[in-house]
Amino acid sequence: MFSEIKKSLLVSVWFMFLTFPIMVVKVNTIENTIIWRWENLVLVGFGSFFLSFLWRFMHNKKATKRRQDYKDALSKIFYDNLIENKKVFVPIIIALIIFILLFPKLFSTYQVTIMTTALIYIVLGLGLNVVVGFAGLLDLGYVAFYAVGAYTYALLNFNYDISFWVALPLAGALGALAGILLGFPVLRLRGDYLAIVTLGFGEIIRLVLENWGEVTHGPSGIAGIERPNFGFDLSIVGSINAIYYFVFLFVLVTIFFTNRLQNSRIGRAWVALREDEIACQAMGVDKTKTKLSAFAFGATWAGFMGAVFAAKTTFINPASFTFLESAIILSIVVLGGMGSIPGVILGALILILLPEYLRAFSEYRMLIFGGAMVLMMVFRPQGLIKSKRRRYNFESMSKKQLKERQNAASS
Amino acid sequence: MRSFITILAVPVVFAALSISVFAADTIKLGVAGAHSGDLASYGIPTLRATRFVVDEYNKNGGIDGKKIELLAEDDECKPEKAVNAATKLMSQNVDAVIGHICSGATKAALSIYLSQMIPIISPSATNPDLTQSGDYPIFFRTIAPDDAQARLEVDFAVNELGLKNIAVIHDKGDYGKGLAEYARDFLEEIDSVNVVLFEGVTPGALDYSAIVQKIKNSNADGVIFGGYHPEASKIVSQMRKKKMDIPFISDDGVKDDTFIKVAGKYAEGVYATGPKDVSSNPMAKEAERKHMEKYGEQSGAFYLNGYAAAQAILKAIDNADSTDPEKIMEALRTNYVETTLGKIKFDEKGDAIGVGFSVYQVQNGEYVELDY
Amino acid sequence: MEYFFQLFFAGLTKGSIYALIALGYTMVYGIIQLINFAHGEIYMIGAFTALIVAGVLSVFNLPVAAIFVIVTLVAILYSSAYGYTIEKIAYKPLRNAPRLSALISAIGMSIFLQNYVLLAQTSDFLPFPSLIKEFEFLRPYNHILSSSGLVIIVSTFIAMVLLSLYIKFTRMGKAMRATAQDKKMALLLGINVDRVISTTFVVGSALAALGGVLIANHIGQINFFIGFIAGIKAFTAAVLGGIGSIPGAVLGALILGWTESFSTGYISSDYQDVFAFILLVVILIFKPSGILGKKTDQKV
Repeated sequence: MFSEIKKSLLVSVWFMFLTFPIMVVKVNTIENTIIWRWENLVLVGFGSFFLSFLWRFMHNKKATKRRQDYKDALSKIFYDNLIENKKVFVPIIIALIIFILLFPKLFSTYQVTIMTTALIYIVLGLGLNVVVGFAGLLDLGYVAFYAVGAYTYALLNFNYDISFWVALPLAGALGALAGILLGFPVLRLRGDYLAIVTLGFGEIIRLVLENWGEVTHGPSGIAGIERPNFGFDLSIVGSINAIYYFVFLFVLVTIFFTNRLQNSRIGRAWVALREDEIACQAMGVDKTKTKLSAFAFGATWAGFMGAVFAAKTTFINPASFTFLESAIILSIVVLGGMGSIPGVILGALILILLPEYLRAFSEYRMLIFGGAMVLMMVFRPQGLIKSKRRRYNFESMSKKQLKERQNAASS
Repeated sequence: MRSFITILAVPVVFAALSISVFAADTIKLGVAGAHSGDLASYGIPTLRATRFVVDEYNKNGGIDGKKIELLAEDDECKPEKAVNAATKLMSQNVDAVIGHICSGATKAALSIYLSQMIPIISPSATNPDLTQSGDYPIFFRTIAPDDAQARLEVDFAVNELGLKNIAVIHDKGDYGKGLAEYARDFLEEIDSVNVVLFEGVTPGALDYSAIVQKIKNSNADGVIFGGYHPEASKIVSQMRKKKMDIPFISDDGVKDDTFIKVAGKYAEGVYATGPKDVSSNPMAKEAERKHMEKYGEQSGAFYLNGYAAAQAILKAIDNADSTDPEKIMEALRTNYVETTLGKIKFDEKGDAIGVGFSVYQVQNGEYVELDY
Repeated sequence: MEYFFQLFFAGLTKGSIYALIALGYTMVYGIIQLINFAHGEIYMIGAFTALIVAGVLSVFNLPVAAIFVIVTLVAILYSSAYGYTIEKIAYKPLRNAPRLSALISAIGMSIFLQNYVLLAQTSDFLPFPSLIKEFEFLRPYNHILSSSGLVIIVSTFIAMVLLSLYIKFTRMGKAMRATAQDKKMALLLGINVDRVISTTFVVGSALAALGGVLIANHIGQINFFIGFIAGIKAFTAAVLGGIGSIPGAVLGALILGWTESFSTGYISSDYQDVFAFILLVVILIFKPSGILGKKTDQKV
């Protein structure tokens, strides 16, 4: 116990030293004043003293837990008790769907708009999950495809009055095309080289949008984009609710597609490629086609969502498509659990709704957000919900086959 | 700052409580703008100004016996958040809105207000399209649009300073680039003047010496810069260090005392356009005094514009004897109102008549209004 | 021709700063294969510490040169301490975790540190006192290269030489190289890998702090956000030169600096960053592991 206190004291002294210039001294070189805020030093000292206990406690817990069983408790509960137990899973899903459908009735329009944003990010997260989670290609410029989609609809609508429903598939297609365009030059690149090139690609798209004023209207953006026409006249609130339902539908479609793809031929090729490129090629998987399809498939969803985003806000400018946006989408994927669809959904809800509900902390919210990202990674490096590897159970399979055979024989 | 939050929180809580109680008996005035984030310093002064004006009215019994209720919404100057904020105000049935602060955010939010015909009056959104496109009949502002400012800069550079070869530089931002493009277009209409350079710099870059060399190499005899003071002070400092003493003319984003303090001796002689000096106006003096008394510091950006916006809209509601949007807008357009910016009313498009820009120059460490 | 040299030196100055930051990226990457996104923030904290110390010291009537030396040393001390602490908190617990987790932790750290400085100090730009006097002998060439530019170039060069000697000849330098080559083997040979990693962070952070002080002095103002753009550019430079390679980082940084300044000078500053990134893509297409990066054949 004494050694613990000593450790914490050391930590506390270290942090008091570390934060001294920035927390205590406030120099204003404009007015030439120096303010000494000693109370902050005390705050840091006490804060770090107690937090260091908590930190060690959490670490010990994490370490002992790992020794006890290798299975991750949360994910285990999640899969065994929720997903695979039909008795629990079906009612929960039905309740959830009813809640989501009733959401606009229960809450204000404001809540609906932020929920729509969260749903958009679920689709973006699921799209990026294909590239990063399944195929293992680190993409730091995913927001570029989102921008392509958004500008596709915005420009078509602005210049040619083309409706949302015509532009939506085009946005998806152009997103996919941009994905392939990016994919070609980077086929040879691996790991972090790929990361920086995709980052560069994202920046290039943003800079072109910013500078090519004749076409993109530059930094002042495009205003007055039409909301989608749902076939009947809607008030603005009605239209916001309609977009909400539409995006929700889109989320379902995306979940369905990515889930089905995961276990398809191409989905397994992606996973194989992620695990070992050379072995994968030796088994006869076409590397070029597989990688490009991952890029294209991921980008398609971003393209679709870009168009939805433009229609939802009715105004876009390049400032919405910065690197930070890519980083947030990537964080959704990693934080939720790479390759895990329920994880990504949870990650998107947390990362998008958290800052909105942290508004009470106003200026502290980004600080808390950054700190929470670090802590979540340190204590749950696998993400919130680990992706589940498909396992083949030979015993049960053979039993089933046996039965089938028996049936076949008897008939 | 924390005390500020409390100050902010109390009326919001009260407003929230009073919605349910006196729903029909109040006039609801929304204030939307950047109240947090890196551009908060542009939005908070307007919020404070509106609060002063509303308190004043409520102390005197409100308008036609109805109290005024203030609903503040933060948009961080981001378009997507502005839509959220506007939606929230709309679902609270506001009668009029003061804001938003940034042009981009304003554009994004306008379609929401337009659908309900909620009159909106901005203290700071200067994008010319907002009024001139005619798309937004509900939009008014108490600040002159960018093209008026660009016009003044160009006239001053050409007629007063007699410049012939001008380099136009901007910060690639919504405001800066828009302004620079107007300046370029106006300059190109004048035959005797050449635009020798038209380029954007990346805000926050490490170093601007390459662009400064390029300005020098273009043999420009003057620079018009569109953007904010951090980039302006870096460019001016590097120009002066390289012994380039050509005139540097900039805009409202640079007409900020921080610019002088950051650029120090290099700021001397820089020209900047800004709203006409109204410090002799008794109402403006009173508004400044109130701010000093309550917050113990000078007011910030667009404080007086925000004050005038609040005065104008509440007076219009008073004159209209109704919260019917058509009548409010009619009143805004027909009656002159005494405000902190002087006597103003609004033209058909929504721009304020009687609000304009002057040219200032840094002389001995402060901005001095020039007679131009 | 004079115009060419002006742009050449503008690029060299910028490239030198990129190089100081890029070295931190490349060293950390070489050892633990982590893109340390918070590295740009270390540079920003270096610059801020320098500003604060300079502000406090301005009370005592010290000569400018003395202030400059003290400020630089304190900034280096603090940045190193931050680098060390960040590694212990945000990266060390993740050493055996998936690599992307550490990357997200780094992004979170970067957001945290930016807001930490924003809240504890200010969001405004603060003028940085000019600590380097104009050199007399440079006066005739002032229009080509400023004194602070010269200081940047010379300091970077010296730092580079010292770093190479350190890596090449000291025990710790050798241990670093061994760890970079094969962490497990290094561990078996009795190298204290934890200490090597900590030292790498400390050295990288010190270089970034030096960059922060020099650039703050050169452009004369800083705010909490300066680390972000500088960090991305320096990271690009490190990859361009071949991440993990020290001469590569310097070469990549200089090429990036020159690309930016020449494209501004001869083409347009609107597309300066576009050219920089296009160059990166083109180089990586032909040399997938950067200019001086080792081509590692994948083992089967």
